[in-house]
Amino acid sequence: MKKGDILVGVAVLVLAGVLYGSGLLRPSQAGAVAVVYVDGTEVHRLPLSVNDQWRLETTQGYNEIVVEDGAVFVEEADCRDGVCVDHAPVSLEKESIVCLPHKMVIEVEGGTAGVDAVVQ
Amino acid sequence: MDTKKIAYGGIFAALAILMGYVEAMLPLPFPTGVKLGLSNVVVVLALYVMGEKEAFGISLLRVFLSALLFKGFLSFWYSCAGALLSFFVMMAAKKSRHLSIYGVSMLGGVAHNMGQMCVAALLLGRSVVLFLAPILMVCGVATGLGIGLISHYCTQYVKKHHP
Repeated sequence: MKKGDILVGVAVLVLAGVLYGSGLLRPSQAGAVAVVYVDGTEVHRLPLSVNDQWRLETTQGYNEIVVEDGAVFVEEADCRDGVCVDHAPVSLEKESIVCLPHKMVIEVEGGTAGVDAVVQ
Repeated sequence: MDTKKIAYGGIFAALAILMGYVEAMLPLPFPTGVKLGLSNVVVVLALYVMGEKEAFGISLLRVFLSALLFKGFLSFWYSCAGALLSFFVMMAAKKSRHLSIYGVSMLGGVAHNMGQMCVAALLLGRSVVLFLAPILMVCGVATGLGIGLISHYCTQYVKKHHP
């Protein structure tokens, strides 16, 4: 083995380390948005990249929607069953939280899929 | 081209295909997709013992035949991109006075992985795959080192016994 071999090996490893450390190639979550629908029509969008809070008020009642750590959930609501409040936070593409009494649906758009891809 | 060369080319090509088959049966403690690249031993060997043209032919034959025999159409593109990129990088690296068979093989391993990753990114249409680049580079260096070691001893043996 020559000196050049070791140099090449180390250079590639360092490059790999820099690429990894810089996070340049990391899949970005910036595009993920929680879309709130009432009775099938879109009423609000919340980017999952920033922690935020939004209160949906309809004639039926209210849902307190919270975005935290890249996931969305319903913190509080005055619906009669509270299914939406009990639902775990969602963040993956097409995941949703539904509040039937208020005809509300929160759906994640542009997030990473549960499985990105499968290669055979 | 003399008969001896043709015979050697055939043996090497057959060996390369066989190596790919043997490798598919070996369980590896890595996630799927990371392979040892045993058939690369033969390509490196051909590059050092026979020459550029012959090694190129053997590499292409191997990719084409093993896709036809064991794998499938999709994997052909992965293998092809990996093998071609790997071959040209190794060919260039071999010309350097500062690199021995180890360095050539390491670069070949990394190039092979990068080539396959690019095809994966193209086919899947997702740049997410690029996130794997650093991991694949490290794997390429590691397997390339192993392949270099094997190739080193194989080359010495072949040169000694079959001049």
